[in-house]
Amino acid sequence: MCTVCGCGTSSVEGKDRHSHEGRHGHAHDHDHPHDHAHSHDHGHSHDAGHGHDHPAHEHAPAAIDFGAGPAGVHVGGLSQDRIVKIERDILSKNNCHANENRARLAQAGTFALNFVSSPGSGKTSLLVRAISELKDRLPIAVIEGDQQTSNDAERIRATGAPAVQINTGQGCHLDAHMVGHGLDQLKLAGGGLLFIENVGNLVCPAAFDLGEAHKIVVLSVTEGEDKPLKYPEMFAASDLLLLNKADLLPHLDFDVGVCLANALKINPDLQTLIVSAKSGEGMSAFYAWLEGRAARHARAASNLATAKQDR
Amino acid sequence: MHEMALTGSLVELIEEEGRKQGFTRVRVVQLEIGAMGSVDPEAIRFCFDAIARGAIVEGARLDIVVVPGEGWCLDCAKSVPVVERFGPCPECGRHHVQVTSGEDMRVKELEVE
Repeated sequence: MCTVCGCGTSSVEGKDRHSHEGRHGHAHDHDHPHDHAHSHDHGHSHDAGHGHDHPAHEHAPAAIDFGAGPAGVHVGGLSQDRIVKIERDILSKNNCHANENRARLAQAGTFALNFVSSPGSGKTSLLVRAISELKDRLPIAVIEGDQQTSNDAERIRATGAPAVQINTGQGCHLDAHMVGHGLDQLKLAGGGLLFIENVGNLVCPAAFDLGEAHKIVVLSVTEGEDKPLKYPEMFAASDLLLLNKADLLPHLDFDVGVCLANALKINPDLQTLIVSAKSGEGMSAFYAWLEGRAARHARAASNLATAKQDR
Repeated sequence: MHEMALTGSLVELIEEEGRKQGFTRVRVVQLEIGAMGSVDPEAIRFCFDAIARGAIVEGARLDIVVVPGEGWCLDCAKSVPVVERFGPCPECGRHHVQVTSGEDMRVKELEVE
């Protein structure tokens, strides 16, 4: 993981692979005099046992309190331990990139969806079918996330849709920064859709906002009805569940009702559709969901723009 | 596994703060991790040792405070402790509990020189 720009070892197709040799080699030649004379008389004591409890910090995010060191003041030139208050969410950087992506997508008038699932649930097949059947009605672009290979992007491109492959290398999920690089490579058409196919992983992608309008979790009927209970975070973070490979149901002991009940226990607001990317069953319901949500999203965006103009 | 990425962001955030504030060494990092945040403190520790190498946090002590989960039970209409995400309310046994705290993961403060 590169700690300089946060891009991990990921590479975006068509761009030079980031190479940060000597990743922590940047010299810090800052010459801060640190001679602010204000003394803060906080009665802070930081003893080794870390028994300090700071009741109700009222610092704004990233508020830094220089004067709170053990001696109350910081004197230039003297090496002294000091306490720096940070109060920052570790995901704040990702969320910041996600908000940038969201603003870019809104400006382009693009409705973005983040597809998450375990490996092998049929995400790519689902996207290939959806693109083939929707491309005459809507412009669609795709960002593909995998640890290695550009096989999925090639499958998507065979449908005629533009696709960018992001290889996360060691990474187990796409983050908003990678998707931002992906957006640089795509020409987004107004009123179109962006499908982001996340790395096949039912755990980590749940925590990373990419700037999408909705997460869609894909589960296949060959996986077991209790997946929503085993991996609750992903089902809690998603707005739609696509239960895929429905064509196989006659050959399995999979209980659709139990599976959906488990999912709804985790997330009562989750919408659920039963589909098959192979036979096409249920896909028209998915398209209706897509178009309805995209229209609602566009309306909300234009209302927001009008409200801003009026102000 | 995403603890690796999170720990990377943590170290990056501290380096950034170091550049801004001119400290070059960190002795103690105090982290607050919500019990409901789907992050394993032990995994963070493991990743931290690996990622901190060569950075200004190398050798720093990691103090992790786990913030217990709390939720609002819709049926009891009050705050209740939550130990398991989407688990039942400890009082009424029903599953209508919305997690209200214990999901965050933040750097509280640093002891630096």
